Amino acid sequence: MFDDFFIRALVAGIGIAFVTGPLGCFVVWRRLSYFGDTLSHSALLGVTMAYTFDLNIAISVFLISSVIALILIQLQKRTNLPGDALLGLLAHSSLAVGLVVIGFLTFIRFDIMGLLFGDILAVTTDDLLVIWSGGALILIVLKLIWKPLLASTVNYELAEAEGLNPDRAKAIFTILMAAVIAISIKMVGLLLITGMLIIPAAMARNISDSPQKMVLFSIIGGLLSVILGLYSSLEFNTSSGPSIIAAALILFILSLFKIKQSIKLKN
Amino acid sequence: MNSNNNILVKLNNAGFRQSEKWLVEGVSLTVEKGKIVTLIGPNGSGKSTTAKIALGIYKNIEGTVEKYTTKVGYVPQKISIDWTLPIRVYDFMLLTETIEDSAIDEALSLTGVIHLKNKNLGSLSGGEFQRVLIARAISKKPELLVLDEPVQGVDYTGEIDLYKLIKKISDTLNCGILLISHDLHMVMTATDYVVCLNGHVCCSGSPIDVAKNNEYKALFGEKASQILTTYEHKHDHVHSDEGEIKKN
Repeated sequence: MFDDFFIRALVAGIGIAFVTGPLGCFVVWRRLSYFGDTLSHSALLGVTMAYTFDLNIAISVFLISSVIALILIQLQKRTNLPGDALLGLLAHSSLAVGLVVIGFLTFIRFDIMGLLFGDILAVTTDDLLVIWSGGALILIVLKLIWKPLLASTVNYELAEAEGLNPDRAKAIFTILMAAVIAISIKMVGLLLITGMLIIPAAMARNISDSPQKMVLFSIIGGLLSVILGLYSSLEFNTSSGPSIIAAALILFILSLFKIKQSIKLKN
Repeated sequence: MNSNNNILVKLNNAGFRQSEKWLVEGVSLTVEKGKIVTLIGPNGSGKSTTAKIALGIYKNIEGTVEKYTTKVGYVPQKISIDWTLPIRVYDFMLLTETIEDSAIDEALSLTGVIHLKNKNLGSLSGGEFQRVLIARAISKKPELLVLDEPVQGVDYTGEIDLYKLIKKISDTLNCGILLISHDLHMVMTATDYVVCLNGHVCCSGSPIDVAKNNEYKALFGEKASQILTTYEHKHDHVHSDEGEIKKN
């Protein structure tokens, strides 16, 4: 059944959408889109590591992204630079270092376009296993930290005062971000992963009135984007990442009409 | 350590410093079951800081905090709901603890906002939002309630009703309340113990004792202490404009 590359891509994309949906909502709520960008840019370094030492790409990307997240936290404590400057510093320098390292690895032929924008031909049966088992694990952990994470998103002090340990939830969420980037990099590409996180969530925001509904619509939006995007990728021979993100954008634009309607109703 | 089983939280000479500036220092107070302790004092005197020390929000504090309960309800002074998060009053009631629908309805009815249950939190007025905050804090039937100016923005008659409700909750749930309030009438009638702050504890005791205190008069004016007797005592220090203490 998974012999056909397109079926593999579809199954992989669906697995990714189930995870990016809920995580993307928290990225939007907690204003972490630039943080997601930084982690995914650093993923290139993880990919080069994987090729150099013959590791699984997802695991290697996960490790490097986690290290970058740790470095960021340390820099925030030890420097007086604003958060966005530190994020930019790490994002672009890790991307640059990754590209320089690729230049040195002359014995391997890299498909740079595939790394940056995703490639549906690249998904193997092993990748499906990583995406679905990793994805299930991410969702289980997210379910466990849902209450403290949501409570501290609304108000940190309220969560802390009522004994929910928001710092621990935040640390775990950072690890989940690194993990979701690791499992989606092959499919969506490292330049567009943040789009997969925030565009379906932004679409869902326009049509939701509760956190749970927003998560649900965000997952549905992600699934539709993957299916529409992959079919058009096949049809028009375009990269899978941009096709999926473009489909998500169309859904977002459609969701704007719903807002217009509800504003009209209010008046 | 806890010789008295009724103690919920105890501050021993507690203080908090933020980048070399003391927000509050040398606060000792005890909140017991069924008692209302009120913090009063001018703006910037460290009332909210003291509440956050008691709640364990501030970690690197001077002195110690002994806390004997985990069932805490908190109404913070300032809370802004980000518009990026769609959240209804109902979702907000379930934010930190899963409670039964009947308990949610009861709490929202007590504070008079049951009709707002399915409204978006961002669409409420300031007074409505305060009522929801109080409802959320009491719905979990806490042992310790910390209320930081809970009736700000509430209309006058509503204010009186809410204070009556707070008193009733303290009696029926037998929970201890740490209250920050500007309403001196409430402070004087319903409170068991008053702590008057101005960067440190100016004076503390029963409402009557505090009203008699000269420092209290200096902070709140003669009018605020019309129930005072002729009792007077000598100051051993005065406050500079920056709130620093100068010995006489």
